[in-house]
Amino acid sequence: MSEIVIAEAARVVIDSDRAIVEARQQGRQLAIKLGFSPGSATLLATAISELARNILQYAGEGEIVMQLLDRGRDQGLMVLAHDRGPGIADLSMAMEDGYSTSGRLGLGLPGVRRLMDEFQIESGVGTGTRVRVAKWNCM
Amino acid sequence: MSITQIKSETKSPSESTAQLLRELVGHLRQHRTQLREEWLRRIFEARLLTAMSRDEIFAEATSVYDSYVEALETRTLEALQAYAQKLSERIIPRGVETNEVVGIVLLLRDVLARSLFSKYPGDAGMLSDVLDAYEPAANSIAITVAVGFVRERERVIREQQEALRELSTPVLQVRERLLILPIIGLIDPQRARQLTEQLLRGIRANRAKVVVIDITGVAAMDANVANHLVLTVESARLLGAMVIVTGLSPEIAQTLVNIGVDLGKMNTVGDLQGGIEEAERLLGYKVVPSPERAPS
Amino acid sequence: MDVPILKQGPYLIATIQSALTDADLLRLRDTIVQDVGVHRAKGVILDVTALDVMDSFATDTLRGIAHMTRLRGAKTVIVGIQPDVAYAMAHMGLKLEGIFAALDLEEGLAYLDQPLEAGRGR
Repeated sequence: MSEIVIAEAARVVIDSDRAIVEARQQGRQLAIKLGFSPGSATLLATAISELARNILQYAGEGEIVMQLLDRGRDQGLMVLAHDRGPGIADLSMAMEDGYSTSGRLGLGLPGVRRLMDEFQIESGVGTGTRVRVAKWNCM
Repeated sequence: MSITQIKSETKSPSESTAQLLRELVGHLRQHRTQLREEWLRRIFEARLLTAMSRDEIFAEATSVYDSYVEALETRTLEALQAYAQKLSERIIPRGVETNEVVGIVLLLRDVLARSLFSKYPGDAGMLSDVLDAYEPAANSIAITVAVGFVRERERVIREQQEALRELSTPVLQVRERLLILPIIGLIDPQRARQLTEQLLRGIRANRAKVVVIDITGVAAMDANVANHLVLTVESARLLGAMVIVTGLSPEIAQTLVNIGVDLGKMNTVGDLQGGIEEAERLLGYKVVPSPERAPS
Repeated sequence: MDVPILKQGPYLIATIQSALTDADLLRLRDTIVQDVGVHRAKGVILDVTALDVMDSFATDTLRGIAHMTRLRGAKTVIVGIQPDVAYAMAHMGLKLEGIFAALDLEEGLAYLDQPLEAGRGR
């Protein structure tokens, strides 16, 4: 990614569904403080909610870290969701739009990717999962 | 631009280049008044900076001259970059164009170069050495000023476009519960997002049940914007509003089909008038008074 | 956290707060489905005005409520989706198939009041 991380802004341990709410609320507050529009802050909070839930459901425990980004003209927010869970065996399938009329979105990752400006995922069976997304505040 | 050092591409050792430039700077400072006058004369002759008064031109010319010479002296461009930025901020609102800025800097470069002929009369070798030292430096300066100006101009244009976008996205309420959003011109991702946000807020504020989005005036639509249109329609539905899209050209219809939109599911009507009529029909149809509730 | 559910005539109105956890949502679903049966409700209004985020889990659960209550003969309407939330949902590709969305409580009630034949199905 092209960003420069300037500060870690928040870190939430995801170990309960209360934590999912906490993480997305902190994400929203951070985004607003950085000057993101309410609309963009909602996109960030939604993405965080999805990522946090994945951690809880598939790994049982993990962490959401939020970092401030700066690349001269713009500022942004990076969200890192990582866990030491079982990992995703087939990443390409997970990233497919497994969207059927019955609605089950699987891991919701394609949706998260649509919401964010940047999206990166690393996962391996037995090595856990790291998802890194970023949104820039372009005025 | 991260060039802060003026490169010297002469064959002579860099010390002698530095020496030559020092001499040159001394000469330019010594003859400052006269050279500046010469330059101003050339500017007027070339009919540059016509948007500015003589006094203004004189004031700016003085500081440009001094910054130019200082850049030659320090052999760095940072101060010049900062100066070019401030200068641009001043003169762009005055209506100064890019060709004028480039023009006056090149004129200065040439006026100063020519003055060297009178400084080293008859000494062709020396003159050649000095010019070898001067020319790359002078060109770096010219580029720095020009680029600084262009950057500032682009920034101003971007700001103006943003302001224009805000002004030109009216969401109109023409009847009760009915909103019309006529979209005109080019849509970039920023503007598309802005339009949708304004529309959704408008739906909530006006309690609209039907929205007519007219795209007759849209010049061209790529897949991204077409996707955004679909996204707008879906968002509006989540707010309980029905969307009618009017003014779909065959090209845009094709783009929508290409991105997988089922046009059969999207409510489209030929033109705006027809769309409004359809909207009124829907509104009339929707208001079904129930026996226990008073009609709204 | 318990979600307040009011009975208004033949309808149930559930007002959802913003800090609901996943477990709260599931509890809500079970409660509503049960209440529909107990009160023989004809319609359910899910008021999400206070929800600042609707992610895939929330969408799934609300859809689940709609399906289950329909099996018991009740229509479900979701009202009060915020503009930013609607945008995020559409952007993400979340669909509310099976539930009608109305602007607010008044519109939701108007929708439920419509005789079945005249209602525009989604």
